[in-house]
Amino acid sequence: MTIRLERDAHGQLALIDRDGQRHPGVLPVRAFPLSAPGEGVALMSTDGHELAWFDRLDELEAASRALLEDELARREFMPQVRAISGVSSFSTPCEWDVLTDRGATRFTLRSEDDIRRLVGGRLLVTDSHGIHYEVVDMKKLDRPSRRILDRFL
Amino acid sequence: MTRATPAVPLPDDLPLPWRDALAGRLAPDEAVQAWLQTDLDATLHFSASLLVLTDRRLLAADAPSATDWQSWPLAAGQRFDHVDHAGVGTLALHDAHHRLATWRYTLALNTEALRLADQHTRLIERIADPHAVHEDEDGLCPRCKAPLPPDDDECPLCERATVKPPETWALLRLWRFARPYRGRLLAGFLLTLASTAANLVPPYLTIPLMDKVLIPHQTGTRITFDAVWPYMAGLLAAALFAWALGWARTYILARVSERIGADLRTTTFDHLMGQSLEYFGGKRTGDLMARIGAETDRINVFLSLHLLDFATDVLMLFMTAVVLFSINPWLALVTLLPLPVIAWMIHTVRDRLRTGFEKVDRIWGEVTNVLADTIPGIRVVKAFAQEKRESERFAAANRRNLETNDRVNRVWSLFGPTVTLLTEVGLLFVWGFGIWQVGNDHITVGVLTAFIAYISRFYLRLDSMSRIVSVTQKAAAGAKRIFDILDHASSVPEPARPVHLEQVSGRIELRSVGFRYGNRAVLRGVDLDIAPGEFIGLVGHSGSGKSTLVNLINRFYDVSSGSIRIDGTDIRALPVAEYRRHIGLVLQEPFLFFGTIADNIAYGRPDATRDEIIAAARAAHAHEFILRLPHGYDSMVGERGQTLSGGERQRISIARALLIDPRILILDEATSAVDTATEKEIQRALDNLVQGRTTLAIAHRLSTLRKADRLVVLDRGQIVEVGQHDDLMAREGHYYRLYMAQQRQAEADAAEGVLA
Ligand SMILES: Nc1ncnc2c1ncn2[C@@H]1O[C@H](COP(=O)(O)OP(=O)(O)OP(=O)(O)O)[C@@H](O)[C@H]1O
Ligand SMILES: [Mg+2]
Repeated sequence: MTIRLERDAHGQLALIDRDGQRHPGVLPVRAFPLSAPGEGVALMSTDGHELAWFDRLDELEAASRALLEDELARREFMPQVRAISGVSSFSTPCEWDVLTDRGATRFTLRSEDDIRRLVGGRLLVTDSHGIHYEVVDMKKLDRPSRRILDRFL
Repeated sequence: MTRATPAVPLPDDLPLPWRDALAGRLAPDEAVQAWLQTDLDATLHFSASLLVLTDRRLLAADAPSATDWQSWPLAAGQRFDHVDHAGVGTLALHDAHHRLATWRYTLALNTEALRLADQHTRLIERIADPHAVHEDEDGLCPRCKAPLPPDDDECPLCERATVKPPETWALLRLWRFARPYRGRLLAGFLLTLASTAANLVPPYLTIPLMDKVLIPHQTGTRITFDAVWPYMAGLLAAALFAWALGWARTYILARVSERIGADLRTTTFDHLMGQSLEYFGGKRTGDLMARIGAETDRINVFLSLHLLDFATDVLMLFMTAVVLFSINPWLALVTLLPLPVIAWMIHTVRDRLRTGFEKVDRIWGEVTNVLADTIPGIRVVKAFAQEKRESERFAAANRRNLETNDRVNRVWSLFGPTVTLLTEVGLLFVWGFGIWQVGNDHITVGVLTAFIAYISRFYLRLDSMSRIVSVTQKAAAGAKRIFDILDHASSVPEPARPVHLEQVSGRIELRSVGFRYGNRAVLRGVDLDIAPGEFIGLVGHSGSGKSTLVNLINRFYDVSSGSIRIDGTDIRALPVAEYRRHIGLVLQEPFLFFGTIADNIAYGRPDATRDEIIAAARAAHAHEFILRLPHGYDSMVGERGQTLSGGERQRISIARALLIDPRILILDEATSAVDTATEKEIQRALDNLVQGRTTLAIAHRLSTLRKADRLVVLDRGQIVEVGQHDDLMAREGHYYRLYMAQQRQAEADAAEGVLA
């Protein structure tokens, strides 16, 4: 028997393992959400133990995989910044008005140290509530946005 | 159409469009209990929707204009589930069988969401048991549950959460540091002025020297000593005068400069010391060091030297212009030709220079970061033979530093010479125009030479003024980074209206304490009452939040929700340092400062006598090993105490905590770094010391907590069991499993020992 996933009436994901045993309330977690989101996904039990590990998602059969991806999409929140419309000040803390792939929003940047450089020109901006905003490629932003961002780097 | 206005008024802070939409939907006597305007939709896109809890149902809509409001009557068995992950909170409404709906929001709204869920739980409980009584929440802040000041609805603790964007114009704000020295700065300014004025005398003397002595000589009149000496003496006097003034000025300003720098550094450092651990958690040591070290230096030089230079330059420019105009207005006008061009240039490069210098400063911070990272970690670097890689990292940081500097220098190096070129061209014009005027007998040769002499001074000023542009922008960049530190209000702020506790009995109450590091919830709903003098053992798996709980009690961080009270007073209402004096702390990783052993033991009470120090060391079982050191209590411990073993450091830190004779003793793995025999010794010492003090001890070796009055078991940020050892063993729960696992381990170790 292969591993299967189900969603119950309370909206929780349940894992049915190889022995047919059912584990309700599992949570999918990516091992490298930033550097290699496509590889390594674990299913964790509610008390924080690893129940299953997939090197790649295609190890799962289609229906379960769809459920898993759906659950990941619900849990993962990292808006991608498309443009920066303005900042309240060039010294921190300051408020940023940004346009993201999930709509326009405003957040507070507490300090310049909350902008983390990842490889390949990617940036990760953490706001005062711990939400991460991703800048996929700084060079691809429009000029005004780039100029604003550059002041903080 | 007239809408029925509900008899019970809507909450004041409900946004307007929602008010209108909601007003028409409520029954006349339906009262809104709580509401939440979420900021995310189901697909996690930013958009607002509303969730309202009334005394009889839940109402929800995706937009104020929506016609399809959803409604769920309150019913037994209904509940809200709350989870948060990666900065997104989810409230899910369930009944006994299904999930009915979910709402998502960013953590900015977390307290509101939790309040709504709490309120909902209370209403549902009342359905089951209409007479259920609830803890009176009057007089508590609805957000953070801290007690509100009497006759005041605003919570002094929550108010500070709003960010205040710092003022711009960092340079002007520096005045605060120059102010105490304004007398001396004024003296310096006047001296500068006078010495520059003295410098203006010689060219003026050249006019008569030319026109009355030299030129008549060429036309046949002999030069007499009498005609010459007054001018020569005047020149000498002017030079001497300028020298004396210059000396006085430099001396005064150098002194002021050092003092301003020292003030700036100490103020910044003082402010830094007042910051919470949260602040330091997010900062790089090297960067802070660079700011306090190099940048304050640059600023003070700017304040005391360049700023004055600039002021005198402006004045001198003005004065020279007056002199020039008085000699010959037409020539003077020609002289001023390059000015507008230079002004325009300054305007264009100013911003580029400042942002450039800001970058240079930041990258310089990165260079020092590498140092601050690598040097303390040198053992690891060497153990893994990664010296090359660290060198590479340092070289890379340096390369980046070079690149950024190169970029600024390009702008700046072009700027200076361009100004010089412009002034040269200006000079050319003056020569041309002047010769033409001399040719037409409008002016004498002497006037022209004096003019040229003045003009070169004038242009020199202009030149140095334009050079100041770069220094100014450098200082502005530095000032901004200093004010970044100075403007950062501590996240563990001093109370606005402090309460002073003379005596502390040591009663600690935790009320639904929640805490998160960033977006990660580490503690949830922790309730605990600790009686004065009680010995509490905190146990739980690694990472369950024991140290975090202790950090909160120590007020290294402030709770995210709930409150901690000592003797009935919220700890946020007590002055931080005063409160911490009541607490003796022994940390998981003991840290010693560079200095002697005696200094380190007396760290919390520098006025302790030698006898007291020795008594504390004896109690901590450190006395004997200290005596075995070559210099006894006067031995140096090295940086971070690295010349001592882990266990020795640990015992010194115990002695340090004991010396302040605290009402509350916190031991975080105080005996983890010592062997079993020493542990037993320390344990015996501690047994005496905990008498009469409220003690919180964390230990992995559960056997060390056998004497505890109560054991508190934490699991993933929640208290799961509380009780005495025997009770908890009988309950066969979390504690039992922890204990048995250790027992088995001990037996296995013992068995191995027998075999070996
Ligand atoms: N400064 C921090 N920033 C972010 N997360 C932290 C920080 N300190 C601790 N944590 C996290 O908080 C959780 C609780 O940590 P804590 O230090 O309280 O554990 P503990 O119970 O003392 O563990 P141990 O027994 O290993 O000392 C851990 O999961 C840890 O990763
Ligand atoms: Mg710990």
